[in-house]
Amino acid sequence: MNAILEFLTAPAFVAILVEVGKGLVILFGMVIVAALLIWIERRLLGLWQDRYGPNRVGPFGSLQVVADMIKIFFKEDWIPPFVDKPTFILAPMIAMGTLMLAFMIIPITPTWGVAPDLSIGVLFFFAIAGLEVYAVMLGGWSSNSKYSLLGGLRSAAQMVSYEVFMGLALMGVVMQTGSFALSDIVAAQKDVWFIVPQFFGFCTFALASIAVVHRHPFDLPEAEQELAAGYHTEYSGMKFGMFMVAEYVGVVLVSALLVTLFFGGWQGPVLPPIVWFGLKTSIFVIIFILLRAALPRPRYDQVMGAGWKFCLPLAVINMLVTGAVVLSNP
Amino acid sequence: MKAILSGIWSNLRSMGMVFTHSWRKRDTLMYPEVPIYVPPRYRGRIVLTRDPDGEERCVACNLCAAACPVGCISLQKAEREDGRWYPEFFRINFSRCIFCGYCEEACPTNAIQLTPDYELGEYRRQDLVYEKEHLQIDGPGKYHDYNFYRMSGMAIAGKPKGSAANETPPVDVKSLLP
Repeated sequence: MNAILEFLTAPAFVAILVEVGKGLVILFGMVIVAALLIWIERRLLGLWQDRYGPNRVGPFGSLQVVADMIKIFFKEDWIPPFVDKPTFILAPMIAMGTLMLAFMIIPITPTWGVAPDLSIGVLFFFAIAGLEVYAVMLGGWSSNSKYSLLGGLRSAAQMVSYEVFMGLALMGVVMQTGSFALSDIVAAQKDVWFIVPQFFGFCTFALASIAVVHRHPFDLPEAEQELAAGYHTEYSGMKFGMFMVAEYVGVVLVSALLVTLFFGGWQGPVLPPIVWFGLKTSIFVIIFILLRAALPRPRYDQVMGAGWKFCLPLAVINMLVTGAVVLSNP
Repeated sequence: MKAILSGIWSNLRSMGMVFTHSWRKRDTLMYPEVPIYVPPRYRGRIVLTRDPDGEERCVACNLCAAACPVGCISLQKAEREDGRWYPEFFRINFSRCIFCGYCEEACPTNAIQLTPDYELGEYRRQDLVYEKEHLQIDGPGKYHDYNFYRMSGMAIAGKPKGSAANETPPVDVKSLLP
């Protein structure tokens, strides 16, 4: 008994507990933010289209999320008889799980963050982004429906081709910092944010990140007008909800990454770090929504063309120039 | 190169233009909370009016029922002791009514009129069938001074032939001697 008590009160164990607690707080905080984004996006889209959006449930409609959640939890979770069942169930789990896992590398404040010192931080994000393709691909393939398959195919091609230069776009930042860990990258931006020296890196990474979380205008995998709902046409109930929340988790994740990599992360004067981080991230989230409100969806070959013919060369040139500059100023 | 730059510019510009909509007035009408304006001649709920003396205007001529393209009006004529006609029952089925206003145009006595009230929702279809007591209002509606029996040649108790407005007394043909 004493041994157990001693073990439970040992400083090392308590430290682990605290870390786990922090991780859980970050996890749930992020899921709640992602769910709230559904409402925020609808309100903002309404604002920019000269209408109101959901404004009935609660103050300014802010409880719309709760209503949506209750609805989606109690909906029939229908698995069509023609689907490949294990893969069909696995796909939404991958979608949500991988993206939430990727959040662990983000340093939210100097003290908060699950693993900001992870020495392969940026690479870990690429790995996660690569795995996230599986969610869409498996979802589209296991559904055994032509729209889902087309959506899955499109997204696989799109995400693979955009991940190529997403990695290259970040290499400039990594070269200037000399480290893959995101905490080091934030620390390196103490004097000047990486948006200044790495402007083209930022441009290409921002484009690639939109494509990877397949948000408008790169939402060809789930183009409503052409493909019903793309890869999640056959999904219903909470499985669809998981795809939906995963999309918003992706938006938050990518915004947080953009802030961390190019806009100094939590650094900023006067206000506490958490406020700066939240402020910068929410600006990017709003820009994501503005993109959806403003831009039409390009044709599929245009998406691929922009990726391979414009962004890839730009990222490569940016990387080469950064490399030359870093090498010449040791 | 020029195409790429102009494409980037046009995308950024449209984003900026959409962003300016943040300060634009919203087109949504907050209808149930804020009542909307309807013109006075709006064709909504149908009413039966009374003449300035407070008597029913409707003389049960059936012209409205005949004019109605969907046949939602039904009524039955009856006669009072003083000679005035009135509908024994008058029934409009609003689940059929298309609010075309033909009944109002057909009415010779300005009795049936359409009003700007459009909130007719009911939970049961049968509740949309309005009887005479639901249709009859106490006022004269759009025509404040019009009184059919004061204008027409129809004789009723207290108003013999020839005493209506703009009417001359009947000619006694037997006294027309050369």
